[in-house]
Amino acid sequence: MVCDICHKNIASVHITEIVNDKMVELHLCEQCAQQKGIGLPEDFPLANFLAGLTDFELPKVKKVELRCPNCGMSYEDFRKIGRLGCSQCYQTFKQNLAPLLKRIQGAEQHIGKFPHYADKTIKGEIEIKGLQRKLNKAIQEENFEEAAKIRDKIREMKK
Amino acid sequence: MTLNNLLSQSSEWLRGTGADSQIVISSRIRLARNLSDFSFPQWADKKERKEALSLMRGVLFKIKYLKNGLFAELDGLDVLDKQFLLERHLISREQTRGRNCKAVVISEKEIISVMLNEEDHLRIQVLQSGFNLSDAWRLINELDEQLEQKLNYAFSPQWGYLTACPTNVGTGLRASLMLHLPALVMSKQIGNILQTLSKLGIVARGLYGEGTEASGNFFQFSNQLTLGRSEEDIIDNLERVVRQIVNYEEERRKLLLKQKREILYNQIWRAYGVLKNSYFINSGETMNLLSMVRLGADLSILKDVELRKVNELFLLTQPAHLQKIEGKKLNAYQRDVKRAELIRERLK
Repeated sequence: MVCDICHKNIASVHITEIVNDKMVELHLCEQCAQQKGIGLPEDFPLANFLAGLTDFELPKVKKVELRCPNCGMSYEDFRKIGRLGCSQCYQTFKQNLAPLLKRIQGAEQHIGKFPHYADKTIKGEIEIKGLQRKLNKAIQEENFEEAAKIRDKIREMKK
Repeated sequence: MTLNNLLSQSSEWLRGTGADSQIVISSRIRLARNLSDFSFPQWADKKERKEALSLMRGVLFKIKYLKNGLFAELDGLDVLDKQFLLERHLISREQTRGRNCKAVVISEKEIISVMLNEEDHLRIQVLQSGFNLSDAWRLINELDEQLEQKLNYAFSPQWGYLTACPTNVGTGLRASLMLHLPALVMSKQIGNILQTLSKLGIVARGLYGEGTEASGNFFQFSNQLTLGRSEEDIIDNLERVVRQIVNYEEERRKLLLKQKREILYNQIWRAYGVLKNSYFINSGETMNLLSMVRLGADLSILKDVELRKVNELFLLTQPAHLQKIEGKKLNAYQRDVKRAELIRERLK
């Protein structure tokens, strides 16, 4: 297929434009496409990447527009820009974000430091969750001595 | 302290001191943090961004490490000054874009820099010379603890520190090590290493971060994931992997000296010769030749060349630095002339 503009080079960029409600297909070579301002975007768009991943998560049957009550961001907005609007968005879009985060990060639970104001009970809960994971690992590895130690520690913390 | 003061001092990451500094140029850790009561900067309106900025500014100035530091609002800087800060690794490319209440606070010795209203409200960064992530972590952790006493961080027990982009959530921590790996590049081993890294959760980039090429044989290695691992584990994993890369580079250097001595000497001395005798040189060629000279200085092949001087040249020959030194705007032609002149002078 040759380029629709120069009619010389081989067309390697294919685009579909809507002109006057009609779909028009254009086949261009790289040079003509660049002149027309069509080409690869300068930065590799993380937003598009994320949006691609979020597609899996969208309920397919009915599309309810979810909006963050705090900042007004909709899930559609997030899909477009790839950045959340505020800290409450995490709660608002929890159902969609949870599988997305698991896909991106391969984990579902924060392990690490806390701000000082994080409630002691929350802190305890996370620590116990972490210990439980260690316990499972120790059991899997048949390291029963270590497992017993971890179990006792969990018991102690749950008191 | 003013922006022009920075020009007269050596950037921390180029001091060329610290453990393994012949191969590991610098260690960097950054934490992404947000305020729970404000929308994230890119989504917030101008008024909100302004309020967040003034709140954060007030708190940052009370931190002892930053008291005598430099505060700069990006909206008030021209393109050249922004580029200058970017070249010194004190701000990100993202931070140079748009006019939207972005600012940066930089400590006296350029070890700490805190970007405000970047993608997240706070991007705290600590930069140390050499292979020294543990000191960087100690300092940044202390800083973070001081800040959280005054600022209400956005945090969730499940997902940790909440960030605008889900790729940073959890610890919000990105640890990076910048390495100079000429021997691995010369012996064509670097490709294999880079391929293996992604399997270990480590990302490789060029000298100036995301999307930049590895010019001058510089590579930045950092952790990919931020959730589900403690800060110490993330740092430890990166350290272990990079330790091995350092060992490979050292081995390759020895091997080159043993088996391809003449080729190595030839490349290093020619690079030195070209740099000392150029009247017109672009930035790409400069980086590659300086890389060879740096290797020569490391291996004591170029006995009269100080490592620190070569390190400085990597920075001073960057476009914005050349123009700041000259004190005026220079076009590409003038920069290539000035660059050659500066190198001749410094390598005398």
